[in-house]
Amino acid sequence: MNTSLSWIKAYVPDLDCTAQEYTDAMTLSGSKVEGYELLDKNLEKIVVGKILSITGHPDADKLIVCQVQISADGETVQIVTGAHNVSEGDLVPVVLDGGKVAGGHDGSPLPEEGIKIKKGKLRGVESCGMMCSIEELGSSKEMYPEAAEDGIYIFAKDMYPDVKPGDDAVSVLGLHDANIEYEITSNRVDCFGVIGIAREAAATFGKAFCPPVIKETGNNEKASDYISVEIKDADLCKRYVARVVKNIKLAPSPLWMQRRLQSNGIRPINNIVDITNYVMEEFGQPMHAFDLDTLAGHKIIVRRAEDGEGFVTLDGQERKLDSSMLMICDAEKSVAIAGIMGGENSKITDNVQTMLFEAACFDGTNIRLSGKKLGMRTDAQAKFEKGLDPNTAMEAINRACQLVEELGAGEVVGGAVDVYPVKREETRVKFDWERTNRVLGTNIDKATMIGYFEKIDLKYDYEKDEVIVPTWRQDVLGQEDLDEEVARFFGYDNIPMTLPRGEATMGGNSFEQIIEDKARDFAESYGFSEAMTFSFESPKVFDKLLIPADSALRTVATIQNPLGEDYSIMRTLPINGMLTSLATNFSRRNKDCKLYEIAKIYLPKSLPLSDYTDERTELTLGFYGEGDFFMLKGVIEDYLEHIGMKKVVTYKNEQEHPFLHPGRQANIYYTGKVIGYFGEVHPAVSDNYGIGEKTYIAVLDMPVIVPMASFDVKYKGLAKFPAVSRDISMVMKKEVLAGQIEEIIRKNAGKFLESYHLFDIYEGAQIKEGYKSMAYSITFRAADHTLNDEEIGAAMSKILSALAKLDIELRQ
Amino acid sequence: MKERLQAIKEACFAKIEAAVGMDVLNEIRVEFLGKKGELTSVLKSMKDVAPEDRPKVGQLVNDCRAAIEERLEAVRSALAAKEREEKMKAETIDVTLPAKKSQRGHRHPNNIALAELEKVFIGMGYEIVDGPEIEKDYYNFEALNIPANHPAKDEQDTFYFNSEMLLRTQTSSVQAHVMEQGKLPIRVLCPGRVYRSDEIDATHSPCFHQVEGLVIDKNITFSDLKGTLAVAATKLFGADTKVKFRPHHFPFTEPSAEMDVSCFKCGGKGCRFCKGSGWIEILGCGMVHPRVLRMSGIDPEEYTGFAFGVGLERITLLKYEIDDLRLLYENDTRFLKQF
Repeated sequence: MNTSLSWIKAYVPDLDCTAQEYTDAMTLSGSKVEGYELLDKNLEKIVVGKILSITGHPDADKLIVCQVQISADGETVQIVTGAHNVSEGDLVPVVLDGGKVAGGHDGSPLPEEGIKIKKGKLRGVESCGMMCSIEELGSSKEMYPEAAEDGIYIFAKDMYPDVKPGDDAVSVLGLHDANIEYEITSNRVDCFGVIGIAREAAATFGKAFCPPVIKETGNNEKASDYISVEIKDADLCKRYVARVVKNIKLAPSPLWMQRRLQSNGIRPINNIVDITNYVMEEFGQPMHAFDLDTLAGHKIIVRRAEDGEGFVTLDGQERKLDSSMLMICDAEKSVAIAGIMGGENSKITDNVQTMLFEAACFDGTNIRLSGKKLGMRTDAQAKFEKGLDPNTAMEAINRACQLVEELGAGEVVGGAVDVYPVKREETRVKFDWERTNRVLGTNIDKATMIGYFEKIDLKYDYEKDEVIVPTWRQDVLGQEDLDEEVARFFGYDNIPMTLPRGEATMGGNSFEQIIEDKARDFAESYGFSEAMTFSFESPKVFDKLLIPADSALRTVATIQNPLGEDYSIMRTLPINGMLTSLATNFSRRNKDCKLYEIAKIYLPKSLPLSDYTDERTELTLGFYGEGDFFMLKGVIEDYLEHIGMKKVVTYKNEQEHPFLHPGRQANIYYTGKVIGYFGEVHPAVSDNYGIGEKTYIAVLDMPVIVPMASFDVKYKGLAKFPAVSRDISMVMKKEVLAGQIEEIIRKNAGKFLESYHLFDIYEGAQIKEGYKSMAYSITFRAADHTLNDEEIGAAMSKILSALAKLDIELRQ
Repeated sequence: MKERLQAIKEACFAKIEAAVGMDVLNEIRVEFLGKKGELTSVLKSMKDVAPEDRPKVGQLVNDCRAAIEERLEAVRSALAAKEREEKMKAETIDVTLPAKKSQRGHRHPNNIALAELEKVFIGMGYEIVDGPEIEKDYYNFEALNIPANHPAKDEQDTFYFNSEMLLRTQTSSVQAHVMEQGKLPIRVLCPGRVYRSDEIDATHSPCFHQVEGLVIDKNITFSDLKGTLAVAATKLFGADTKVKFRPHHFPFTEPSAEMDVSCFKCGGKGCRFCKGSGWIEILGCGMVHPRVLRMSGIDPEEYTGFAFGVGLERITLLKYEIDDLRLLYENDTRFLKQF
């Protein structure tokens, strides 16, 4: 909502503050000012001047030399100008030597500091000041339609009969004003009109509130003789008021009205249209004007549209309607989409004789939904959507008729046709002033609180301790709303600052969050940086990742109204986000990119979605460049060990992940459970993402890991007895896995096994085709004695005989 | 004999004096003190000495040996020190050569900001809780006093799966879940992803993060809300940070407020960063609406509470002066490595 400060001051005449003071105070009392624009910014030393004489310039054909009177007592200056729309005797705005104007005459964007005007010589002739165009004064022809197209602004005698040389030209033009932009919250429907804001301003500054006095209007005819109104769908139309104006004289509206509309962002059209818009801005009540002669049967019927009905709105567009939308109809046809836009068939034209004014109250939600369906958003609709007070309709229509009379725009017919099935009455809210203090943490006395209410026309019933809420304050429903009224006029800033007392609570992170944080620390220590990717993606991702058509991963929660297909399904695996981020880095030539993400996947339990999905937090690591499969494996094992998962981690390539290289992937097992997987990204998938290097990815399923993690560490004594190592070198078929050998070692080495490690692996010339050699070092230790040869020999021979069963031979 | 020993000693000292290296010193040791050395041969000739003189001569020989050893050691250690000195001289390195760093990864700026926020509130006794992102309509709207047909429920803001299930538009949806557990008092902080149907641009993202705070207890006041957030602001943005509360409207709090903090760039004087106002809008908050309490089974006559919601990305962008929200979701390592 935008409006000029001068319009507010019209209803709060004692308001004396700068735009900044106004902004600060209104924002603190709850009418947030987003910003303001000073209309007199950079306008300095600008007076009304009278052109006494005009002579030619001796050296320039296009310039003229004017003698201009700039004060009441006859002081004159010489001004050279290139403008040609001035004549002797004209009154014009003159910026004096040392003054400032807002911009250039071409209307281009205004410079921040304005333009300084100094006396100087133009082609050798002294010029002391400048005569101004409306653009140089920072305004426009839209605001001042009487201004010359391309030349100096001239004060027209009929518009400014009392202006004389030396007057403050900025003041004469009404430019000592500011356009204020508000951010009105949706609960304050009353503040979507100037009167509502003015009431708040009066209360905020403690000044008298003087809204326009609405006089009775109309001749001694009766509107009901001209028109009848019937509401068929009363659920969507709470009130419909019609008045009639005849003998209409269309003309431009007066400048003051045009300027106020302009400052609210509305283009003036003619007196009748401008009056409807003016009243809409003033009261927040949209109005519509029909050409009465186009209304068949001189009848208004408010009813729902027919399904599939077509209708041409006054902008010439054909609209398709359905039976959820409310229409204004005459005896034969639809004439307007209620609350949104009038029809081409009934609009006011230049030939209008008699007109029907409509001020109605439609259901806000219905208007909003209809507007959405139609893809329309009009000013009227925006006001109706908030849910208006039906009681405003009569006031607004009477105000409009009053303006018609004042402006001489037509002859108002007496009376109104008012269909108002259920009158909305003011409400009462019980008030407990002590509770207000308890909730706010304040110590305000009751009388002060009631004073706040009365400032904004909330009356107080002292007997019943009830606040009487006028119908325009639909937001005041209970004690808590009154608490807020007290708070905002007491001043949020004046409420003390305390900390909650009462029972102490133990704060902290959950165990799950701690495990996740450890993962962050760990990934980072290995050079992985944290990524964040969107939770939704394209269904095409599955093909990109070579996921088969029947895969359960394709069972997804699908957004009904996504931003586009690319953001339409909730991810069921975290791979796409990671690969996309790696691809972004690859395409930007970032070397050695390592990323990790801790984020959720969303697995529907059933479709269509009727319950929560299984939201699983996944730790995803991905990289290209430096590092390989086994580096990634090391990160995983290190992390698991760090979070207390110290048992043996095993791996199986079950070729389960189509987006990974079939020969270079593994599921990760811990105590018999799959806790994740990792591997090299399938080259075809890397191609699909445009990553031109080997790429690796690991995924750990945190909900499985978290219950296995533990930080319960118990100290074990440091070894007092020496360890004994034995090396074995073996030759075996290539297919035999290191994991198999290690499993044999673990199972057969007995209780003294401390550790083992692979120290050599070889395939090649010395080994027969299809075979490889591996060498392990196995370390034994006992906690209570030095191991002897017998003990070690026994363990080793158990290992060796188990190995022999796998057709593994010891290498000589 | 005495003269002979003196002669040996002098000869030896002269050689030691002239010695230029460790190996020469070793040769001298062998020559004089070794098995075939001169002093040893003197000892061997002891049998020619009268038995009563032997202890005396023996003493003389030992004195001579000790003197030689002492001299040898003195020169040896001097030489060793010299040699070490020279070695170190040769070992001088160019200390300005490049450092060798291990490549550490970097935390996402959103999570750095979140960790700071969490730390502040954990310190005040808040528990960090999580809630579902795919949410039921009831928890995202109705339980927050946003009834059917409320403009905030409009499809243009909310992503729906169907009429029942949606992507939460605010972390406030966790409020009712926490309250329904029936454990009082409540002090929780709920960070997480939220979703709104906004096209992606420099200041909007359809997927972003919020952090919701909720406190419910007996005698919780609006002044407690102010005090709590003022303390948090000074911890997050510096001790000189001032806060300003402005009335606002949220369906689930009443009274409601927005909180501004004094611009941490200019300290409140007004700059381009705060658009000249000296203040930066940071969060929305208010007293939990009695209807919200009642819907979740808490008696508003006995308990009151406050809630606040912060846009995490907003804090991150402000804190690090990042001018484009999209950078946070691109994951360019050149961006991530700056944090």
